[in-house]
Amino acid sequence: MASAIPAPSPAVRRETVIGRLLRRPAGLGAVFRKELADHLSGHRFVILVGLVVVAGLAAIYVGARTLRDTLTQASQSDPFVFLRLFTTGGSSLPPFTFFVEFLGPLLGIALAFDAINGERVRGTLSRLVSQPIYRDAIINGKFLAGLAALAIMVFALGGLVGGLGLVLTGVPPTLEEFLRLVAFLAVTVVYIGFWLSLAILFSTLLRQTVASALASLATWLFFSIFAGLLFGLVADAVAPVTDSQDAMQVLRNARWNLALNRLSPTLLYSEAVETLLNPQVRSLGPLLLEQVIGAVPGAPLPLGQSLLLIWPHLTALTAAMLICFMVAYIAFMRQEVRAG
Amino acid sequence: MEQPQAHAVIEARGLTKRYGQRTVVDGLDLTVHEGEIFGLLGPNGAGKTTTILMLLGLTEPTAGTARVLGHDPLREPLEVKRQVGYLPENVGFYDDLTGFENLLYTARLNGIDEREARAHIASLLEAVGLASAADRRVREYSRGMRQRLGLADVLVKRPRIIILDEPTLGIDPKGVDEVLQLIARLSQEERVTVLLSSHLLHQVQRICHRVGIFVGGRLIAQGPVESLARQLAGAAPLVVEVGVGAGEQSRAEHLVRAIDGVLDVTAYADGLVLSCRQDVRAEVARTLVTHGLSLLHLRLHTYGLDDIYRLYFQGGMQDGQRDPRSVASGAA
Repeated sequence: MASAIPAPSPAVRRETVIGRLLRRPAGLGAVFRKELADHLSGHRFVILVGLVVVAGLAAIYVGARTLRDTLTQASQSDPFVFLRLFTTGGSSLPPFTFFVEFLGPLLGIALAFDAINGERVRGTLSRLVSQPIYRDAIINGKFLAGLAALAIMVFALGGLVGGLGLVLTGVPPTLEEFLRLVAFLAVTVVYIGFWLSLAILFSTLLRQTVASALASLATWLFFSIFAGLLFGLVADAVAPVTDSQDAMQVLRNARWNLALNRLSPTLLYSEAVETLLNPQVRSLGPLLLEQVIGAVPGAPLPLGQSLLLIWPHLTALTAAMLICFMVAYIAFMRQEVRAG
Repeated sequence: MEQPQAHAVIEARGLTKRYGQRTVVDGLDLTVHEGEIFGLLGPNGAGKTTTILMLLGLTEPTAGTARVLGHDPLREPLEVKRQVGYLPENVGFYDDLTGFENLLYTARLNGIDEREARAHIASLLEAVGLASAADRRVREYSRGMRQRLGLADVLVKRPRIIILDEPTLGIDPKGVDEVLQLIARLSQEERVTVLLSSHLLHQVQRICHRVGIFVGGRLIAQGPVESLARQLAGAAPLVVEVGVGAGEQSRAEHLVRAIDGVLDVTAYADGLVLSCRQDVRAEVARTLVTHGLSLLHLRLHTYGLDDIYRLYFQGGMQDGQRDPRSVASGAA
């Protein structure tokens, strides 16, 4: 029985010495690999993706039906039929983009609400940090694996509903439409990534997985439902409209409202999506009559100009995601690792 | 550098950890030699886990230094963690993965070549008696199985030292035996040094070559279990119990008080309890018999492990005020 376990041979030791330099990021790679595998095979991912896929396919189907009706009635050609699919809803169902905007955050939260405190509760964190890896490899690996899972999911979903749209309408997308679709999916990844990093932040700060899940969900509900109402109230208080004929008052109120609303990642995302999927959007927010003098009505913007229009939105979304992650990172690195 | 048979692999000098006002570990000096099994024994909350975390570089000491295999855990944590396996108290695994997959993850984190790791893990699972459960999900494992899986997990990286925090906690007596025997066997076969912590002296004394008694953040005694009793008793006076005939108690008390070396005499039911500087039994016997008293029995109390246990683990006693009588009655 003494030979049940092979003793470490010198050859093995030497091999690891050489391999050490090459395998330096082994910790990050291993964590990333494991987390990604966990995500893709986990129940919650399957359930939520199922929900999003069903909602998305239904929305596209209804969108295509509505679109066919309106187009035949108007008997005019629309250069962006394919994109319209994603933004058109029916009387029974809201458009595809609505579902992504509403359900996407849930997916991000589901992937990460127990990222750190789950390991702590299970007692695996202390085992993990006693391995020869840098401590940040754990949180970095988790974040990157979450993003990768999201990217896979979002692009697969985009391809799926795009394919369905193609079958339903029979109109192939132009290159411009295709690029806009890709940009839309990329922005979606960043948007859901923000919720992912927010959930990681809560899972780092709160010890209980239930608490972090609730905190993330509360934030999501706040921004999805209440934030708009609340910001409207604040805007009315700061810049009240006493006379609806007074353009300056109305403008001031609208500007306040918009500025406050742009604190919400949900609004940033929905503005960005609107601009990307509807080339006819030329400006966000109130537009004065004098500003549109000389504009050709209904003329679409090229993709580059649309992107320019929402560049601040993209920057803000990315920054929000990275700030959440950075705070989580710092908190995690400074935390004690006691089990229990 | 040092004697080959007593090469120190863990050395702590004045290791101290304070959380605010509370001192958890207070000036710890600890040396663990290569190849031995060292038991860190103490009641819950004595600072054992904190000490272990400092040795692994997972917690920063407030003062003092530690060297593990010649490395400073604070400066070179990866070097230490590469060679030290740590089994935390209440070890956890990923419930959705099998036992084998859990260990494979550890191997990957250690950057071990996949093929080599698979073979090694299979042999480790065999060694801890989990070969048949290797492909079952950990969620189905019992507490004892998890603990054994933990031992295998610790050995995946082929460590030179393994540190086990309360390895027998929460398992039934049979499981405790198995785990302890496993630790003893693995330490021999794998030629690793073992540092284990426990609050159950009785359980671990069997496999430890040396133990350190750790109370209130301080190591109050260390050495082989047999010599610990002497060490601890060294400072305290010896206790001799004298049984005399009925009605002779007060005369006897008067006589033995005069004997050189007797510090204090207390009368009790049918005899006397003496606390004395040295073994005075012969003197007591001679004195009593020459004065015509009947000596019924004479007994010297030594500090056994039970006494150590009572003295330090069951609380109630502050350092420096050990009461020999309570020890005597405990041993009687």
